[in-house]
Amino acid sequence: MLPQPAPKPDILARRDEIVAGLRALLPDDAVIGDALRLKPYETDGLSAYREVPLAVALPSTTEQVAAIMEFCHREGVRVVPRGAGTSLSGGALPMADSVVLGLMRMNRITEIDYADRLAVVQAGVTNIGITQAVAGQGFFYAPDPSSQLACMIGGNVNMNSGGAHCLRYGVTANNLLGLKLVTVEGEILEIGGAHLDSAGYDWLGLLTGSEGQLAIVTEVTVRILRAAEGARAMLAAFRSNEVAGACVDSIIGSGIIPVALEFMDRPAIHACEAFANAGYPLDAEAMLIIEVEGSTEEQDFLLDRLKAICAQHDPISLKVSTSAEESLAIWKGRKGAFGAVGRISPDYMCMDGTIPTSQLPHVLRRIGEMSADYNLQVANIFHAGDGNLHPLIMFDANDPSSFAKAEKFGADILTLCVEVGGCLTGEHGVGVEKRDLMNVQFTEIELDQQRRIKSAFDPGWLLNANKVFPLKGLAAE
Amino acid sequence: MTPTTEQGVIEAIQAAHDASEPLAIAGRNSKQGLLRPVQAARTLSTAGLTGITLYSPSELIISARAGTTLAEIEAEVAARGQHLVAEPPDFTALFGQVQPQTIGGIVASNLSGPRRIAWGAMRDHVMGVRAVNGTGESIRSGGRVLKNVTGLDLCKLLTGSHGTLAVLTEITLKVAPAPEQRATLVLRNLAPEQAVAALSAALGSPYAVSGATHLPAAQASFIPGLGPTPATLIRLEDFAPSIAYRSERLRTDLAPFGPVEILDDAQSRLAWTAIRDCAPFAGMQGAIWRVSVRPSRGPQVAATLEQAFGAAWFLDWGGGLVWIAGPATTEAHNAVAAAAQAHGGTHTLFRAPETLLAAVAVIPPEPAALATIAARVKAAFDPRGILNPGRMRAGE
Repeated sequence: MLPQPAPKPDILARRDEIVAGLRALLPDDAVIGDALRLKPYETDGLSAYREVPLAVALPSTTEQVAAIMEFCHREGVRVVPRGAGTSLSGGALPMADSVVLGLMRMNRITEIDYADRLAVVQAGVTNIGITQAVAGQGFFYAPDPSSQLACMIGGNVNMNSGGAHCLRYGVTANNLLGLKLVTVEGEILEIGGAHLDSAGYDWLGLLTGSEGQLAIVTEVTVRILRAAEGARAMLAAFRSNEVAGACVDSIIGSGIIPVALEFMDRPAIHACEAFANAGYPLDAEAMLIIEVEGSTEEQDFLLDRLKAICAQHDPISLKVSTSAEESLAIWKGRKGAFGAVGRISPDYMCMDGTIPTSQLPHVLRRIGEMSADYNLQVANIFHAGDGNLHPLIMFDANDPSSFAKAEKFGADILTLCVEVGGCLTGEHGVGVEKRDLMNVQFTEIELDQQRRIKSAFDPGWLLNANKVFPLKGLAAE
Repeated sequence: MTPTTEQGVIEAIQAAHDASEPLAIAGRNSKQGLLRPVQAARTLSTAGLTGITLYSPSELIISARAGTTLAEIEAEVAARGQHLVAEPPDFTALFGQVQPQTIGGIVASNLSGPRRIAWGAMRDHVMGVRAVNGTGESIRSGGRVLKNVTGLDLCKLLTGSHGTLAVLTEITLKVAPAPEQRATLVLRNLAPEQAVAALSAALGSPYAVSGATHLPAAQASFIPGLGPTPATLIRLEDFAPSIAYRSERLRTDLAPFGPVEILDDAQSRLAWTAIRDCAPFAGMQGAIWRVSVRPSRGPQVAATLEQAFGAAWFLDWGGGLVWIAGPATTEAHNAVAAAAQAHGGTHTLFRAPETLLAAVAVIPPEPAALATIAARVKAAFDPRGILNPGRMRAGE
């Protein structure tokens, strides 16, 4: 377990006064101060870490957010922003002396413009909610993190969320036009807008993925895209990770960028097949799910080429979907991967490193060796086109030594990702989970450069201060 | 100063920092005329930092030192059937320069071509940078992988910061397979509002349009293959069977806007290169502006400025990028800035005589609360304000 920063004793001592101060700013039902109702906010998708906050504020408007920030800034109270609480890196983990700023009540879509291909949505609108609102006109919002049914756009912006289709459509940062923000002092700012590429510094790019360190996002202008005419998947199974990796290289080298290119190793295939009965080949060491888009004829053209490429890599089996139903079946196992692993292990930890795709065989071999050393099972799912690796480490949370081992195993995998030229996190964010590994990827000079940028926005380190930076940052405030 | 190593850059900046002496930051000077002139006795050029350091076609990644020419990088990736996704423009003719531009320059100014509307800007394809900040510290952000959310995204902050925060020394870009074929649908004689409606219909279709431009007659005559009538251009780039199929579907969908001509692959290459490089204005005297607005507002901005000072103009990015040419006067500039602001957009005085560049806000000012943060961010990189002072805004 990573240590957490010490709460400020004066803030804890003034709890009642701070809760009363918040109540003066917000409707009665928008402030939570009693222990029982604070409990649900103690954790997020990284449920091993828990801390009950001082209070929870649930604003409905940007002006209310500004009032809360102005108050907290004046009183020196730390603030932890929260959307749906689905972060897998502990991005919404409270501190005991913090106010959790929950944005889930800001759930309105304020504008949809098909001609200009944009939507303006409040921070608490769910990811899928945007797509659902525009699907009737054939449009969609592209980034599709696995948690898209629940996760909110404000959280997506702060984590720069990805998904299975970013090889074609990019991550959150590539699909934004503007933000409405509240600064730590409570000032409302608008950056970007309905246009592309504002002159001046790229605040939109800096804020995206800033993990709640710089400002509170209350409203987002997203690009919406017209969906392709259709999509179809194929499944290719191989004798080794090396061969599957070589096949990925051949596909990208051929000039085809599939909309999705997912890799599963043997343990992942077995776990998902047992869960979903998707018809996955159990004799394979590795499997690719490849998806293409376009009209039926365009899909046929691309799938024929892909089949020919896969055929050169001695596949165990090749299955091209002939219908939407078959595509759904191919995806069913992959999309149920977390549930599948949850079924064979009491608990699992989902890691999120990125590696140069050429390093995949080497990295999987090393993970296999570590798995034996730690005596913990691991299944690997990989966004093969962009190098984002998700090892699922299985452990038993009721056994503290098992959890400690799993955390150490995870840290070793991420260190390996950096060593082979990759990074600690491709889409889940640093959060609490990878905070103390930042020294593996960055020099102290580089971390200090990032800390100074945080200080430029948040001189008192009140925003989400227990995340992203090794604790030295707080000590140095 | 033209150091040939990053260490040389570090030493030059450390010395300037210690002496509190401002430095103009340059590559090969092809965009020297962009934004405001920098008052500095010495220039630090990255032109000596050359060479491609990594190219992995199957990983869609290329890294090069900042002074490597864009032409060298484009030739290298073209040899493997790939391209730079944001279609970086070549404004050497527009700025009356002869030296080829560098990758550092195009990234530092975040300039993107017509494909920006569909596939993102330069900043969307910068996966990693090495840079030296204003105290002479070497910093890295991002890396050589396509998906990376580790720490604050300094790649995006430094891209488009015009050398005012740090000096880029090495850049890693995402590349993509170049399309097998291109085609362009051309509609003639549309009024600007109709033209943008046609572009919106095309961009809102499922056919992955990768360029959407409208040119009035005077500007169309500078584009190979068009001639002097108003022309509305829609580009497709993909495998040959898709081009054939999508051209026909779009022709049908766009029938309400009139008959469609088709430019083939070779004609399309020439036409879009001319649009990318702003060929219609290259030979023009006076000032040039770029206004970025909500696409449907492009025609209104153009009409306002045509009325105000007889502006020449054309539209890219589906109507959202308004290229404007006119007299190099404060009055004309103020009219551009006001029109951009009135429509919720942003302006850049892109090319003008130094006297005008120094006299006006070449890009819009920031609101007070953001300006305060911006000054602190600048100080976080460059506490003594020695890197390209005043390049983007006076006194910054």
